[in-house]
Order: sequence, then structure tokens, then C-alpha cells
Amino acid sequence: MQKYMGKNLKILTDGILKNNPTFVLVLGMCPTLATTTSAANGMGMGVATLFVLVMSNIVISLLKNVIPDKVRIPAYIVVISSFVTVVQLLMQAYVQDLYNTLGVFIPLIVVNCIILGRAEAFASKNGVWASALDGLGVGLGFTLSLTIIGIVREVLGNGQIFGLDIWQGGGALIFVLSPGAFFVLGYLMVVFRKLTTKTN
Amino acid sequence: MEIFAIIIGSIFANNVVLSQSLGICPFLGVSNKVNTAAGMGAAVTFVMAISSLVVYLLQYYVLVPLGIEYMQTIVFILVIAALVQMVEIVLKKISPSLYQALGIFLPLITTNCAVLGVALLLVQKEYNMLESVVYATSIALGFALALVIMAGLRERLELTGVPKGVKGVPIALITAGILAMAFMGFSGLV
Repeated sequence: MQKYMGKNLKILTDGILKNNPTFVLVLGMCPTLATTTSAANGMGMGVATLFVLVMSNIVISLLKNVIPDKVRIPAYIVVISSFVTVVQLLMQAYVQDLYNTLGVFIPLIVVNCIILGRAEAFASKNGVWASALDGLGVGLGFTLSLTIIGIVREVLGNGQIFGLDIWQGGGALIFVLSPGAFFVLGYLMVVFRKLTTKTN
Repeated sequence: MEIFAIIIGSIFANNVVLSQSLGICPFLGVSNKVNTAAGMGAAVTFVMAISSLVVYLLQYYVLVPLGIEYMQTIVFILVIAALVQMVEIVLKKISPSLYQALGIFLPLITTNCAVLGVALLLVQKEYNMLESVVYATSIALGFALALVIMAGLRERLELTGVPKGVKGVPIALITAGILAMAFMGFSGLV
């Protein structure tokens, strides 16, 4: 039992640290750069992706013996885009503001390489429980990275965190615009590298 | 005049990579050499021009009459994936030399979120057929432009002494940030 728990925990933490999709694997860059204008937006995008990731991992893992090998990629894409449509409709119904801010990037979760990558590399080879955990781990890693980038950009750009003022007078607007996204991600990647090589 | 504004706007002012953050994966992935960057840019332009037309017809002659606009995401991604495959097969038969030049880049385009992004955007902006094709083509040209400039910069960067910690992706991102700042200068144009 102890060993079993350890294995599951490892699947979960690998997605957050060792295989962090943003800082280590450098996957899913478009939503990372485009939607992290504030902490809340980044987190919203992360949670939407997390949902799609867990659900599609579960379904693909269940269907892994049914899907013929030759058409597996189109089949995965259909599964993923179905869940993306579900998320899109749910967000439109319940979180209209976030839906409007994220805009075209919600349907674009379909082409987020993290999701197809996990389907191909993990869910198509492992059981349902492990696949769900893997989706959760990678999804949490993605959400965490997006939230951190969002916080840094919001603080530097607007002087706020989650919409609460830290200091008066705002900040350098450039960090909320697209060049700021490149800078913040680039420097955060350096910091992440530094921290993870130290612990090893 | 409207068309002219779309062209200038999408190539420079609202550059797809540097200002709208679409298509970042190929932008970082295949911008190591100017030659490959130009090849990728050409392949994307080719596919985007065709896919915009197909997506336009599909949206207004199939999805809207049937009242199933919510199927947009699924239908568009499948059509784009199939289209890329078809372009590859047709190109191989008709023009082997062009296939040789673009061949390796074509399968990569399916995962280029700029293609699906543009398909969704042109429906959102309610462009007519001509505007859609012009919009998609100029977006793709903007992508090619950003890619080639970036490749030129990265070729130079190879020869400079970059600190170990920022080697690879981080320095590419920081360079892209400076490039994006330069492109912000165009925003007054439109």
C-alpha cells in the first residue's frame, strides 16, 4: 500500500515539478503568453485546461483498446475537442466575463500540445486511475505556472494581485502587453532552472 | 480601402505572433535557421489561404443553416487536419519541387494554433469571403515575417557569448520580447 501511494504521488508531483509543462517542457506557449495578463485570467485558463486534460485522459485511457492504432490521433482530437466545447459552453453560461476576456483562446485549448502530448505519451498506455492522476498533475503544474506568470505581470503592470491594489499609481503597462509576456516568461524560466538544478 | 487596412493591420500592427501570441510553438521551434524559417512561413501561408476559404464556406453554408454553430471547434480542427493531409498529397503529385521544399513542414501545421485561431477569428469578425481570404493570407505573411526576422536574430545569437542560465529558450523569449516592443511601433499605422 505504501509503495502504491508513493507511485501515485510521484505521477502527481512529476507533472508539477520534473515535467512542468511550461518551464521545463516548454509546451502550450500560446495560452501561456496570451492569457496571463492578470493572475485571475491565467488561473482561469489553467483550470479550463486542467478540466479538459483530466477528462480527455480518462476517456482516452478507457478507449485505448477500442481505438485502432492508425486513426488514434484524429480520435484523440475528437475526444479533446468535445471536452473543449463542453468547457466553452459552461464558461459562457457561468463565467461570462472570463469567457469574454479569454476569447478565442478557449476553443484553442484543442491545439494545446500538452493535452495531445499526455494522451499519446501517458493515457494511451496506462490505466484510468493513473491517467486521471497524470492529467491532474500536469494540469496543476500548468495552472500553477500560469498563475505565477499572471501574478508577476499583474504586479509589474498594474500594481495589483487578483485585482487588489498593492500600491497606488499602477505600473509599467508594457508588462500587460505582449512584449511583457515574453520577458516575464523568459526570466521566470531562468529562475525555475536555477531553483531546480540546485535541489538536484 | 477596407482591404488595405486589413492587410497592413494584420501584417504589422496586429502581428499574429508578436502581438496576438498565436503560433508561438513553431515560432520558437523552427526559428533556428533563416532557410527553414522561410520554408515554414511559405507552407503556413499556403495552408492558411486555402483553409480560410474552406472554413468560410463551411461556416456559412453548413454550420449556420443547420444551426450547429457550437460544433465549430470540432469541425474546424478536423477539417484543418484533413486539409493539411490533402494539400500534402496533392502537392506531391502536382509539384514535386514545391513538395520537396515545403514537405517536412506541412504535418507540423496542424498543431499550429495560428491556423485554427485565424479560422475562429474570421468568423468572429464577420468578414465576407474576399476579406476572409485576404485576412488569413496577410496574417500568415505576418507570421512568416516574424519567423524570418527571429531566425536572423537567433543565427547571430549563436555566435555570441550568452550566459549559461539563459541559453536556449529563455534568451529566445527575451529576444522575442524586444522584437515585440519594436513591432508595437507599428500600432499607430492603422
